Parts: sequence; C-alpha cells; structure tokens
Amino acid sequence: MQAGLTPQILPAAADAVLVRFALRAEPQAMAAAQVMARQLDADTPEGVVEIAPALVSVLLRFDPAVVSRDDLVRALLPQATAIAEQRPDPPPPLRRWTIPAVFGGEHGPHLDDVAGSLGLSPDQAVQQLCRADLRVLTIGFAPGQPYIGLLPPAWDLPRMADLAPRVPAGAVVVAVRQIVMFGAASATGWRQVGCSAFRTFLPDRETPMPLRAGDAIRYSSIPAEEMAELSKRSDGMGGATVEVLE
Amino acid sequence: MTAIRIEKVAGMLTVQDIGRPGHLAQGLSRGGAMDRLALIEAAALLGADRPLAAIEMAGAGAHLSVAAPMRIALTGAPMTAMLDDAPLRWHASHLVQPDQTLRIGSAQAGVYGYVTPAGGLRTPLWLDSRAAHLNIGIGRMLNAGDRLDCGDDPAPQGASRIVEPEARFQGGELRVTDGPQTALFDDDVLEAFFSTGFTRGSRANRQGIQLDTDSRFTSNHAAGLASDMIGPGDLQMTGDGLPFVLMAECQTMGGYPRIGRIVPADLPRMAQAPAGSTLRFRRLTWPEADAAFRTEADTLREVAARCRNLIRDPATIPDLLSYQLIGGVTAGRELEAGR
Repeated sequence: MQAGLTPQILPAAADAVLVRFALRAEPQAMAAAQVMARQLDADTPEGVVEIAPALVSVLLRFDPAVVSRDDLVRALLPQATAIAEQRPDPPPPLRRWTIPAVFGGEHGPHLDDVAGSLGLSPDQAVQQLCRADLRVLTIGFAPGQPYIGLLPPAWDLPRMADLAPRVPAGAVVVAVRQIVMFGAASATGWRQVGCSAFRTFLPDRETPMPLRAGDAIRYSSIPAEEMAELSKRSDGMGGATVEVLE
Repeated sequence: MTAIRIEKVAGMLTVQDIGRPGHLAQGLSRGGAMDRLALIEAAALLGADRPLAAIEMAGAGAHLSVAAPMRIALTGAPMTAMLDDAPLRWHASHLVQPDQTLRIGSAQAGVYGYVTPAGGLRTPLWLDSRAAHLNIGIGRMLNAGDRLDCGDDPAPQGASRIVEPEARFQGGELRVTDGPQTALFDDDVLEAFFSTGFTRGSRANRQGIQLDTDSRFTSNHAAGLASDMIGPGDLQMTGDGLPFVLMAECQTMGGYPRIGRIVPADLPRMAQAPAGSTLRFRRLTWPEADAAFRTEADTLREVAARCRNLIRDPATIPDLLSYQLIGGVTAGRELEAGR
C-alpha cells in the first residue's frame, strides 16, 4: 500500500485554488479527490462559484469579493486532510449508465493484442470490461469526454509508442487501467478495443454533455448491426440508459 | 431588432463575447474574446453596463453595413477604418447610417480588432453565450453575405466617444503568478525563465500561443504527472521545454507541467502580441498579484471614467467633403477638439 496522502491547497489563479492529493494518478488519491468533490458539491463553501474535479485534484473557483483565498484555504485544508487520513474508497455513484458498445473486429482493432497481453481470450477481456465496477473519474480534454476507471490492475497497460492514426467518435480506448470514450475522431496513443454510438458531446442536444464525474459506467457488449441501428437515432445516446441511484 | 451585414471579409472573423464560465467540470473551457479588455473598452465607449457580443477580427477586418442607424465601437488591435470616404479613429465609437459602408482594413499593431454594435450582437445563444468556439464546433467563421442580428441602439444620438487604450499591442512585459506546479521547477530554471526574452512564435491561435527562445525550461518531475485543470494564461512547458501559453479556447485538462500563469490583466497583451514581438515575464508574489487584481466590472468602471466625447467626429459632419480643400482624406485627428 502506498504511503499516506498529503493534500496540498495551492493558488491556481486570481480566483481559483487547487486541492491536490497527489502528483501522480494513484488510486487512493483519485478516491480522495472524488470524495472531496462530492463533499464540496453537497456543502459548497461560501464564495465558491465552480467545482471541477480532475483525476487527483479538485479546482475551486471563487468570487474574491465574497471570500479571500486565505480564508478558503484555511477552511479547506482540515477537510482535505481528514479525507486523506480516512483513505477513502470512491464515493458511491449517484447515477449508473449502461452503454452499449461493440468490442473487437473493425470497431476494436486492438482488442486481440490487449487480451493477449493480459493472458486472456478476447471474449474474456470483453467480459472483464463489461463486469468492471467503473466510474467517470473526470471529464476533460474535450467537452463531455470521460476518463473512466479503474479497470483491474492487470490492465495497467502503457500507452502505445506510436499514435494510432485516427480513431472514430465513440471509440472506446484503454491504457493505464482507464478507458476514454472519444467525443470526436482523434489521434491517440491508447488502444481501441471497442466503439459505441454514444456521443459524449452533442451541442444541440438538450443535455450536450450528459456524463458527470462520479457516474457509474457499465458497458454492454452488442453486435455491430445493433450499433449501426442505434447510431441512426438523432439523440446521439447510442442506446445508453441512465439509472438514478438514491 | 436590427442587423449588421458583412459585405466583404479580409481577416478571420468570429462572434465573441465573454464566453461560458462554469463548465470546467464538463470539459468546456470558457472561451470568448481573446482580448477581453477590448470588449470592456467597447462597453465603456457605448455606455453599456456590461460587455456586449462583438465581431472579433484576427489580423484584418471586413466591409460592414447596418440595417438601422447605430453606434459601433472600434476597439482592440488598431486597424485602418473608413466610413465611406472618411477615416475613423480607432478606440472610439461612431454613428453608422444604413447607406454607409464601414471598411476595416489591416491591423496596424496587435492582432485582434473588435467591432461592437451598441445594441450588442444577438446571434443565437448556446449555453448562455454567443461566442464561437471553433475548436469544438460551436459557431463558425463569418463570411461575406452573413447578416448578424443586433439589438437596437438604445441611444443612437449619443455622442461619439474616445478612450486611450491600455497599451498592449507590441508585446512587452507580462506579470506571472505561481501556479500549483511552479514548485516542480528547480530554482535555477525559474530564475532563467524570468530573465529570458521570448519571441511570440508563429504557431498561435485561439487555443494557445507558442513562444520561442534558445533556452529550454524543463522539470525533472514532468514524467507521469496526473493531468489536471488548465486554463487561459497558463505557461505550459511542452516536452521540449518551450512554453506554450494557453488562451481562450484551450482544453480544460493537461498533463504538461506549468511554470506559472499570466495574470488576467496582462492576458490581453499576450493575445495582442504580434508574431515576432518580444515578451518577458515578471514573477509576482501572490500578495502583489492580489493587490493588483481587479474584477472586470471594476475595470469597466475605470475605463468608462476615462472615456470622453469625440468632438466633431467626421462621420457626423454632413458636409464633410466641403472641408477637404486639398483633396484626399483628412487624418481625422485635426478635427478633434483639444489636440
């Protein structure tokens, strides 16, 4: 087990501070950042206008006319320290998405390689992907685009030395125990194991960016013909369903 | 509701306002005008109580006409401007009539010029903003023939106003505060960074601006950093140790280490630094930065207090041609009282 976390609260901008639990993407620091973000959402300190969780940190923007940076730091440090000392598990999800995806074949050109490096058959690898207890760890790089994890420890695969030429929108790619579901066609050094008709960002949809950090994610494996049908729907949800957990 | 029509385009034109704050958790950066001060100066000139949606023009402008009499403000990078045959002063507001053509040419200094109608552009909203965010497919570049809805000018008979802009169109010194990753750089790297002169590189757009110099600035802690939230003004050191300044349309999350952040008040100077201009950075302590910090609302009040009437704006002189006794155009300036 890693050494204890030592959270830091650092100035990030004229109107922002960063609560950081670690420099690297350690699972315990990820859990702590999620717990911190959840607590801040539920009980937002006066003057805080925006809460944005990253992998192991939470950015808070504040209104300097309402609260000073020093006062905010004084209020946040005991809270962050208490969370770090508890070595928390990720908080329970508030919502659970089930997202249909096609794995392998032309929609997952690297599935066989990934399964091989895990000592699994492709079917077994897909089973692990679909059974994993996954959360949206953070959203970023592009609007609505989720970093999802954590896959079982064996999935701690390095990024590829070369970028994959281009993966399509909806590509389900894996590396470092995480999944990214691309919002738009992109080059990537991660391995594409599947593809979904779920669009993480559609500007004209009522909810352009439906996923939130902390949401639970479960993939369901579907045949390519079914995805072709789902991709025709104008809502861009690709047949994904969401269940509110209370 | 009235409109501005774009007759001819020379630069890269988009609609911009103050952007969309509040969506970082969903991966959406604020976006909005590259030179936010230019929108504030326009609001001050037009007597508006907050920044309005404007046309942002990169490098050069356009030929424009209006559907109803309206005041427009010209701010940001000074560009040549003519209303029919009369030269117009930049950093000023002017009345434009429907039968006139406003011709805006190349930037004389700086990069981004702005045309702001007194009623504000009323193009469609997305997440409470009209700003184009080209990187993610929101809005688009404007073309000849486009008709942009505008609010009516609440006071078309209002006097033309001028303001001395904050000088920011030639590069210069930029103030920087420490960020969450500044401590990842060794002291000698920091010292070298703040004593180096940089050139604004040729790779620059609404996402970011590359800086050039012979030295390199790297951190021994760069490998394996967890990505975290990034934002406009961040001085991100790419793999080879050259800084890349993040600007309005930057991504929200990044993994390269950042040596510091340009203070918001100096970001317009960064945006307006022309290719090849020289930039230096000065490190502020946080108490110094906090003491210098002004909200945009405060800045608007301060700029509004500096605006004054432009006496005898050529555009409002009906028999202007009779004043041009030597042929050619006037420089405009000699028509201004007090100069």
